[in-house]
Amino acid sequence: MEFGFTTAAYVVAAVLFILSLGGLSGQESAKRAVWYGIVGMALAVAATLIGPGSGLWLLSLLLLAAGGTIGFVVAKRVQMTEMPQLVAAMHSLVGLAAVFVGYNAHFELMRVLAMDDAARATLDGFAGLLAHKTLVEVNILRVELFLGVFIGAVTFTGSVIAYGKLAGKVSSAAKKLPGGHLLNAGAAALSAICLIWYFNSGGFFPLFLMTLAALFIGYHLIMGIGGADMPVVVSMLNSYSGWAAAAIGFSLGNDLLIVVGALVGSSGAILSYIMCKAMNRSFVSVILGGFGGTTGPAQEIEGEMIAIDADGVASALDEADSIIIVPGYGMAVAQAQQAVSELTKRLRDKGKEVRFGIHPVAGRLPGHMNVLLAEAKVPYDIVLEMDEINEDFPSTDVSIIIGSNDIVNPAAQDDPNSPIAGMPVLEVWKAKQTFVLKRGQGTGYSGIENPLFFKENTRMYYGDAKESVNALLSRIS
Amino acid sequence: MIIGAPKEIHEGEARVALTPQSAQLLAKLGYQCVVESGAGAGARFSDDAYREAGVEVVPTAAELWAKADVVVKVRAPEPSEVDQTREGQTLISFIAPAQNPDLLESLSVRGVTTIAMDMVPRISRAQKMDALSSMANIAGYRAVIEAGNNFGRFFTGQVTAAGKVPPAKVLIVGAGVAGLAAIGTATSLGAITYAFDVRPEVAEQIESMGAEFVYLDFEEAQQDGAATGGYAAPSSPEFREKQLEKFRELAPEMDIVITTALIPGRDAPKLWLEDMVLAMKPGSVVVDLAAEKGGNCDLTVMDQKVVSENGVTIVGYTDFPSRMAAQASTLYGNNIRHMMDDLTPEKDGVPFVNMEDDVIRGATVTHEAAITFPPPPPKVAAIAAQKPKEKPKELTPAERRSQEVAAFQKQTRQQVTLLAVGAAILLGVGLVAPASFMQHFIVFVLAVFVGFQVIWGVAHSLHTPLMAVTNAISSIIILGALMQIGSGSFLVILLAGLSVFMAGINIFGGFLVTRRMLAMFQKS
Repeated sequence: MEFGFTTAAYVVAAVLFILSLGGLSGQESAKRAVWYGIVGMALAVAATLIGPGSGLWLLSLLLLAAGGTIGFVVAKRVQMTEMPQLVAAMHSLVGLAAVFVGYNAHFELMRVLAMDDAARATLDGFAGLLAHKTLVEVNILRVELFLGVFIGAVTFTGSVIAYGKLAGKVSSAAKKLPGGHLLNAGAAALSAICLIWYFNSGGFFPLFLMTLAALFIGYHLIMGIGGADMPVVVSMLNSYSGWAAAAIGFSLGNDLLIVVGALVGSSGAILSYIMCKAMNRSFVSVILGGFGGTTGPAQEIEGEMIAIDADGVASALDEADSIIIVPGYGMAVAQAQQAVSELTKRLRDKGKEVRFGIHPVAGRLPGHMNVLLAEAKVPYDIVLEMDEINEDFPSTDVSIIIGSNDIVNPAAQDDPNSPIAGMPVLEVWKAKQTFVLKRGQGTGYSGIENPLFFKENTRMYYGDAKESVNALLSRIS
Repeated sequence: MIIGAPKEIHEGEARVALTPQSAQLLAKLGYQCVVESGAGAGARFSDDAYREAGVEVVPTAAELWAKADVVVKVRAPEPSEVDQTREGQTLISFIAPAQNPDLLESLSVRGVTTIAMDMVPRISRAQKMDALSSMANIAGYRAVIEAGNNFGRFFTGQVTAAGKVPPAKVLIVGAGVAGLAAIGTATSLGAITYAFDVRPEVAEQIESMGAEFVYLDFEEAQQDGAATGGYAAPSSPEFREKQLEKFRELAPEMDIVITTALIPGRDAPKLWLEDMVLAMKPGSVVVDLAAEKGGNCDLTVMDQKVVSENGVTIVGYTDFPSRMAAQASTLYGNNIRHMMDDLTPEKDGVPFVNMEDDVIRGATVTHEAAITFPPPPPKVAAIAAQKPKEKPKELTPAERRSQEVAAFQKQTRQQVTLLAVGAAILLGVGLVAPASFMQHFIVFVLAVFVGFQVIWGVAHSLHTPLMAVTNAISSIIILGALMQIGSGSFLVILLAGLSVFMAGINIFGGFLVTRRMLAMFQKS
């Protein structure tokens, strides 16, 4: 009966999780959906605690409470600009937990296999489950467990490095050890050999060796990826953490783990796909790092960058009726979102139409800009996606670029030789006037010149984004 | 150093090269400004306005020429002015160096550095100091106003209680800067505007200004304007014939004709012949902006307004910019200010004539007692060559339909292939794997399927909350740890305990931060 109850609770929890993801299709329904997720999780944990095979209740609850307290404090304190780091850090925890649980499954399996039949019959819980497995099932279990540990280990070091890069603790430039991808390939080959070895011997050593190889792959793979590709990396790690959970679910024979792992895994995979599509690059080329080589000389850029001061921008904004703001990672770095929000409010109060255009890969996390703007109290109905707003640029008076570069680069459309040729971009240059808020004359992440800055109707407004916008605020009442 | 603007001594010239506004900006570059008393009077800038802007006002031209290190002017200097220059002085003004070799000679002999505003090369970087364009813009505008002044009817069509008024029809010949300005002005006054140009690439610009491009049905490949620095080139006799034929056809309908056709270094082409004027309705107006170069119209008399025998007014003024002196001075003053900006890279009030710079080299006609005209061809091509445009072919409904069908079939094929491969793999796994595994495997496949369906519906703006919430629920791994914590050795308990602890952080952290984020999304 108890077992039946646990299964029933799992089914309910699975449905709740699906609803909680599905609810994210709209801002309002999302607020309700997150509760579904919370209830689902509570139900799953409670059902497992009272279900078969659990023990040490008190210890479990204490540890859960301790972890929960830390999570609570972190979630309360974290700045919205630090979201990417937080997400990466949390992925690493899931990865590590998957490794531990996989190891445990291995230890238990060894213990159970060492027992005689009589002793096995007395076992219950997880060990009992293991005890009833046939030889084929044990072998399958080994493969599942091996995969779970492998993916978990890659996720762990990968996420730690991603965290370091996003938090600025590790240089965000792409770095590779000498040997490059050969090292990765070597480590992967080693893991494959370990799998066969482990499959045959069932010993701990190949599992451990593989873990080291996987940890190295995670480290080296992510080290080789630069800062602006982080949206893909983070969503890929998200996906991995899901697949790791699913693999562990297989080895534990727990359907809820499998379902949730698959949900999370596919979610991360789709996010990665969307990000890659938004950069017009294949997933493999992002993960292996670096931009593809150019196929010919880049187009000559004519003209010059023309600077403008705050007075000029302010008077142009004063005359404009419709304004589109395109924020990028630079806005997050400069912490300018509050100032931008205030500017938006004042301009809207004057009866001007102010909207935001968000490129899918703007920022360091999918949807990063939306969250930052939401935090600064910019209403979400004026924050639009690239596809929604692109055709409105020709009828817009002023477009303002705050700390973004490649996502507004006209070379992606005009220059077939450009490394970013074919990448969908926001067509800001079609507005009657474009202001670019930028610290200096440098190039963007991809290292290519941006012809936008040289266009006739573009003016460069140099300076720190926050100070620049504040200077505008003092001129626009 | 000191920048000075004397009063223009050319008869009827009302413009001035320095305005109070441009003086203030020049001061930011480190220059002091002086102006001759009354220099701005024609453009309605009083001496007091200059003084307020921090400009010193000197009573006589002689004093100004003596005082200023850089003299800015509108018209080329007259001999009496040249005599007042001194060595090392810089003169910025319209010069027309090709037409005035004697002036160049005398300026170079006196050691004056001369910068000709009409020699600024036509590259995008130099547009801000392109005084010819600023003046042409004004001329185009004024031409329409002048035409309206001599035209006895409305531009715009109206239906009034007293009866219907037809709109005026305006033809603009030559769509350069002046032509485009005229098109803009005429259309905004409500006239039906037609425009013609020998350069086919300007058709788009003409249409963007709201006029109708007069197409010539002519086979000959037109020379691209890019090859001649954006100016028109002379056309072949056959083309000209075709063009005149078209004009002859249009002439009886047109109320106002504004001609702006100029070819660099040549007399203006005759495009509006006497018979066309005679074909026009009485009361019509022709404004010839090419009058200075002989005029596009046969009957044009330079600097005068004449009326033909059939009552068509032909305006041949050459001083349109000066007729709008305030506007012209402001723009010209800005052009000069931009020129000074480029001449003063250090912003220290000392001009530096950098002969390596394309723009400065092009505009400098005398320097260090030598004539530096004509300049070598600029390093940068004026205008990017036009790419041959291919118009996307309009699809017939049948073609579109067949394309849709093909796309649909392709999609179906793809989907079916994918399903077939997926099913085959699933069946293959089923053949070898034990039933207990298949049970879980089916759950897995279905969950992935549901996941894909659900996640596609997630709003892009909620991708960050999505990541946070998936993060929280991927801590479902805690179930594994909870199941293991009860059984086995100390090592197992330790690892399982750690997992519970970490998953705990994730669950609470993930859900809370998601909630925090979602609460921030507010509708306006």
